[in-house]
Amino acid sequence: MESDSNKIIDSFTRGDYKFGFITDIETDMAPKGLNEDIIRFISAKKNEPDFLLEFRLKAYRHWLTMKMPTWANLKIPPIDFQNIIYFAAPKKKKQLAGLNEVDPELLNTFNKLGISLEEQKKLSGVAVDAVMDSISVKTTFSDTLSKLGIIFCSFSEAVQKHPDLVRQYMGSVVPYTDNFFATLNSAVFTDGSFCFIPKGIRCPVELSTYFRINAANTGQFERTLIVAEEDAYVSYMEGCTAPQRDENQLHAAIVEIVALKNAQVKYSTVQNWYPGNKKGEGGIFNFVTKRGICKGSNSKISWTQVETGSAITWKYPSCILMGDNSVGEFYSVAVTNNMQQADTGTKMQHLGKNTKSTIISKGISAGHGNNSYRGLVRIAKNAVNSRNYSQCDSLLLGDKCGAHTFPYMQVENKSSIVEHEATTSKISDDQLFYCQQRGIDMENAIGLIVNGFSKEVLKQLPMEFAVEAQKLLSISLEGSVG
Amino acid sequence: MLLSIKNLHASINGKEILRGINLEVNQGEVHAIMGPNGTGKSTLASVIAGRDVFEVTQGEITYKGKNLFKLPIEDRAREGIFIGFQYPVEIPGVSMTNFIRTAVNELRKYKGLDPISAVEFLKMMEENKRLVEIQSNLTNRSVNEGFSGGEKKKNEIFQMAMLEPTLAILDETDSGLDIDALRIVANGVNKLRTKENAFVIITHYQRLLDYIVPDFVHVLFEGRIVKTGRKELAFELEEKGYDWIKKEFE
Repeated sequence: MESDSNKIIDSFTRGDYKFGFITDIETDMAPKGLNEDIIRFISAKKNEPDFLLEFRLKAYRHWLTMKMPTWANLKIPPIDFQNIIYFAAPKKKKQLAGLNEVDPELLNTFNKLGISLEEQKKLSGVAVDAVMDSISVKTTFSDTLSKLGIIFCSFSEAVQKHPDLVRQYMGSVVPYTDNFFATLNSAVFTDGSFCFIPKGIRCPVELSTYFRINAANTGQFERTLIVAEEDAYVSYMEGCTAPQRDENQLHAAIVEIVALKNAQVKYSTVQNWYPGNKKGEGGIFNFVTKRGICKGSNSKISWTQVETGSAITWKYPSCILMGDNSVGEFYSVAVTNNMQQADTGTKMQHLGKNTKSTIISKGISAGHGNNSYRGLVRIAKNAVNSRNYSQCDSLLLGDKCGAHTFPYMQVENKSSIVEHEATTSKISDDQLFYCQQRGIDMENAIGLIVNGFSKEVLKQLPMEFAVEAQKLLSISLEGSVG
Repeated sequence: MLLSIKNLHASINGKEILRGINLEVNQGEVHAIMGPNGTGKSTLASVIAGRDVFEVTQGEITYKGKNLFKLPIEDRAREGIFIGFQYPVEIPGVSMTNFIRTAVNELRKYKGLDPISAVEFLKMMEENKRLVEIQSNLTNRSVNEGFSGGEKKKNEIFQMAMLEPTLAILDETDSGLDIDALRIVANGVNKLRTKENAFVIITHYQRLLDYIVPDFVHVLFEGRIVKTGRKELAFELEEKGYDWIKKEFE
């Protein structure tokens, strides 16, 4: 696999962001700005039931009372929330039954991204729910999945077809009052994915969603909800790329996961949005609220993320370990190169007895990149005999980048054990020279060292993602040394 | 002629270390370079490898008829130059297996060959591990990480065996080795000697030359080769010590 990835790295030339192209699809846009009318417009466009409009309006009214958080170790330029288009949908002519009915322009975009739905369907056994801008275009494998009672569809479709499930679980993990960006999302979210695994069912395929931001100046507000009932299992993958553009783009997504008794949910992300140019112009602002609740006993939620893109990343996939013996995991690799900034980590809230959590965070900084790990481990009074192990490693390339670690621990009983280890290292000239003397050029040497550094996290990814992630790590650090 | 060094001058931070080295190495030959500490032995190896902290101020190096200074570090390696390092660096997280396979494939790519097959690679690994009596689990560990001094040196010889260089320069490979490790290292070198390749063995002591018999012995002193002879010169040095050289040339 390593040699494959090297080959692929070679095929990429250095420098600019590879996925910088804009698809020309006539979009159905809302006017710029945000007010109750816009929210009503979005809700009407999507033909939503009243409860959802109410939810949105409550969130909006609450949002008006909030201020943007400033506690993160990030320099965020002022965001004009009235200068954002909150709704844009590719014009849909009719309901689509097969790939042949999908807009050829759109298919072409997917082909450029290397995610031909057809190939995905045939070769990899991956069900893809591709989200282009705000409307889901195509869902595959849904027939196979529906035989098992699994629901995997766009959020909008779920609202129409399964309103009771949406009503029951939406906002149950991330309430609309949660934080500035989550509240904004709750008011204006346009689409996303919905996944429901019924009792006792093990989802036989990796579920995968590719998000893509496409229309210029369009904020992207995705909302994903995953529910695994008792004894259910699902592995879910999310990956994204975005076209190059000049103006900053705001992205504020929510992912909610609910795991009932004995259920397991594995959520993997490869995030590769446009990071801006070398001067730091452009690039995605990525403010994401991801949280899962292990509601039932013996349940498990595992987050794995490889974050290489975005100008600013603000993201803390978290677990609420409510059920006794439940397990939360967080595996992360975050790369910041050029002018990128990332403040990312996790929160593990231990509430149930004998709960366990593992945090492995690998931060890689290059150029003028600034990378912070921020994590909270809280063990509540009743969460007796709980355990946490945290490991935060930072790798620096060059001397103009930064790595920071902000671990917070609150342990409220005496029978629990919390461990934290942290290291900071640097790729040395001696290491690079050693590799070069063996015939391995500098770019490959960095790829080798960085992939080695990130190994513990990468091995958590599903196979098809792991290869892509290895490529991405090397590509995103191209030209960072020498 | 495999390697030809003419009037080589090199300095670091403005301080001249090499002050006019002349050396010729042919295929099939083993050269030993001896000398007191701090006379430029390791610098010579680094300059041949292409390490850019050293500035070449004068002279030339021709390797296989090419101007070596025009080749980047990795291309020198791909052209068959191998340095066995005195202090091999640790690379955490990169398994020895992955590392050496990457290196082998880079060399193959340079020659226009396809990547080595898994079967062939494993076979080659096994043979060469046996050659240097390396513990099998060593190759699953990260490059040099936590290796003992002896293991690091054996690992250098192992890599040399895997990469099959045309010109191998071993920089004080014997330093810090016990007698068993010394024998293993020397044995590895002897088995790899052919009519096509050449070795330059940099050493402070004569004892390695009990096991690897050189064709030529050079004495490096204050940045110059001040004496060249056959293997007997090494014995003479051992007997008289470096003070003999110092007195003669200071």
